[in-house]
Amino acid sequence: MSNAHMTEPRTTGRRLIDLVPHIVLIVGVLIFAFPIYVTLIGSTWDAATIGRGSLPMTPGAEAWTNYSQAWSESHGERASYTPVRLMLMNSLIMALSIAVGKIAISILSAYAVAFFRFPLRMVFFWMIFITLMLPVEVRIIPTYKVVADLGMIDSYAGLAIPLIASATATLLFRQFFLTIPDELVEAAKIDGAGPLRFFFDILLPLSKTNIAALFVILFIYGWNQYLWPLLVTNSADMETIVIGITKMIGTGEAANDWNLIMATTVMAMLPPVAVVVFMQRWFIKGLVDSEK
Amino acid sequence: MATVEIKNVRKSYGPVEAIKGIDIAIQDGEFLVLLGPSGCGKSTLLRMVAGLESITGGQVVIGGRVVNDLEPKDRDIAMVFQNYALYPHMSVFDNMAYGLKIRGVDKAEIESRVAKAAEILELGRFLTRRPSQLSGGQRQRVAMGRAIVREPAAFLFDEPLSNLDAKLRTQMRIEIKRLQDRLGITSLYVTHDQVEAMTLADRVLVMNHGVAEQIGTPLEVYQRPASLFVAGFIGSPPMNVLDAVIDPSGQGVMMPGGALLPLARPRPSDANRPVKLGIRPEHLAINEDGLDTSPVLVELVEALGADTVVYGRLPDGEPLLIRMSGLPSCKEGDRLAVAPQPGALHLFDTATGRRLED
Ligand SMILES: Nc1ncnc2c1ncn2[C@@H]1O[C@H](COP(=O)(O)OP(=O)(O)OP(=O)(O)O)[C@@H](O)[C@H]1O
Ligand SMILES: [Mg+2]
Repeated sequence: MSNAHMTEPRTTGRRLIDLVPHIVLIVGVLIFAFPIYVTLIGSTWDAATIGRGSLPMTPGAEAWTNYSQAWSESHGERASYTPVRLMLMNSLIMALSIAVGKIAISILSAYAVAFFRFPLRMVFFWMIFITLMLPVEVRIIPTYKVVADLGMIDSYAGLAIPLIASATATLLFRQFFLTIPDELVEAAKIDGAGPLRFFFDILLPLSKTNIAALFVILFIYGWNQYLWPLLVTNSADMETIVIGITKMIGTGEAANDWNLIMATTVMAMLPPVAVVVFMQRWFIKGLVDSEK
Repeated sequence: MATVEIKNVRKSYGPVEAIKGIDIAIQDGEFLVLLGPSGCGKSTLLRMVAGLESITGGQVVIGGRVVNDLEPKDRDIAMVFQNYALYPHMSVFDNMAYGLKIRGVDKAEIESRVAKAAEILELGRFLTRRPSQLSGGQRQRVAMGRAIVREPAAFLFDEPLSNLDAKLRTQMRIEIKRLQDRLGITSLYVTHDQVEAMTLADRVLVMNHGVAEQIGTPLEVYQRPASLFVAGFIGSPPMNVLDAVIDPSGQGVMMPGGALLPLARPRPSDANRPVKLGIRPEHLAINEDGLDTSPVLVELVEALGADTVVYGRLPDGEPLLIRMSGLPSCKEGDRLAVAPQPGALHLFDTATGRRLED
């Protein structure tokens, strides 16, 4: 009540102040969305139109041709490519393996480090921690050597396994596990839950929102991998979509099938978007539930 | 149901000895309260019985079985925690049923036991809710339900009510009492609240610094405190403790101001012995004829409605608390002639603090 009184005389000022952040946000969204819009439009025109350098700002009529060609055919007008169908599959398998693998390994190692007393526990913890300083890019040559010696070049295992080992997720899970009250662990012990039961019945359900968040982050991390897949795949059949796009562009301005590149790019964006949209439900649920 | 015996149990954390040898046998169906100040080792003792803490020395025997080396789940006990420790992602029903499910109890049996516990605890309406959708008191009832459905040999409670507000605590205290009367399961109950101890306990174990100062019924502990510590810890406001001397004839105690208080039972062998004299505030009364008393200067009067607490000072400067029923009959600056009720004197050894038996 008293609030209303106070704000009454300043309403116009308020409005303006409210408007500013909105304008800033809208401008931001436009800047961010414009290239995506251009790509979308571009993917609906034929190569010649785009090639003239004046892309119309309205959709063209070639959408179906472009998308179906990019999806399944290995030839454009000017060059040959890996079909998007294959590349999406490769990227999907790699990103899923990385996300699932990382989560599985890190949640288990975090469980060990956070809940069990064993000899050299802190040594192991620090060893995991130190790997933070060694991302793939740093250890890429020795890793390549190992993967090559194991005969994993041009295989999904070679794509995913070296990227699975990482400490970030382990640390996040450990941090979360440390917030779980001792009494809850003890209550489970008294109820008769052994370590495995405790993990599956209690820890895993409690980690649901953390897992969902990490899954999104790691999926996109896996999806966007560039350097490692470039190194470890030789055959066109194993190309991931990120590599595919770069290769399409990399052949020199004139010979590019821009219409196909645009269509490919649009399709490359869809899986990460789908993952975010799908996983969002879990986040929101986690935020609203506010239980722990 | 079973007996729980604690035989010379000790606990050390490195060089620090937290429990220094405690002995007690808890009868079948008995409600034992572990009472003591913060840090005295109550939780440690309880957790050793539960199996959550290793036992450094001595034995814990539940239902005739030495359980020292058994896992908590194999000790046939159920525990209620201060923070409820409910599984946040499970419904009330699942919280109560979880322990039974793990033990492989069949579904129909689980349902009937949970239904029964829910009825006793009036939780029937909440069975499908999550713990986050319950009030503190309801959560604590679920935690008790989880213990009840297990039908264990013993209940262990670690300050189950201290997260609740005062009113709810009183209500839950009564509920626990009711439950105990109804189920009659051997219980160990940790608290530092003496009202809980006095109202719930069949026997109280008063702990201090890892030793049992006294084990007895609530009334014994109140009427015949075994040490100065117990005397000061039980009763509110706390007992007055004065330096005094047994008079040369052994017939009475001499107060510092010179007044002589007669002893119920003379102790000629202790003639001229300095002692600590304990008198409960509620056992002091204004002495109408002014005999055998010390004049007390009234410094502060607290009128609590049903009671009045007077903060007074003896002639030699010793503070003295007096608790009278009803409304105040004196005011600050008054001098009162005060005398203890007959037989209400407690004598303690000056050096050891132990009670001098009468
Ligand atoms: N893990 C531990 N390591 C070292 N000392 C400990 C440990 N746990 C408890 N102690 C010590 O043991 C003593 C008893 O602790 P305990 O938790 O049993 O006290 P308490 O009587 O339950 O107190 P409160 O009423 O505050 O809960 C304390 O002095 C405490 O510092
Ligand atoms: Mg405690």
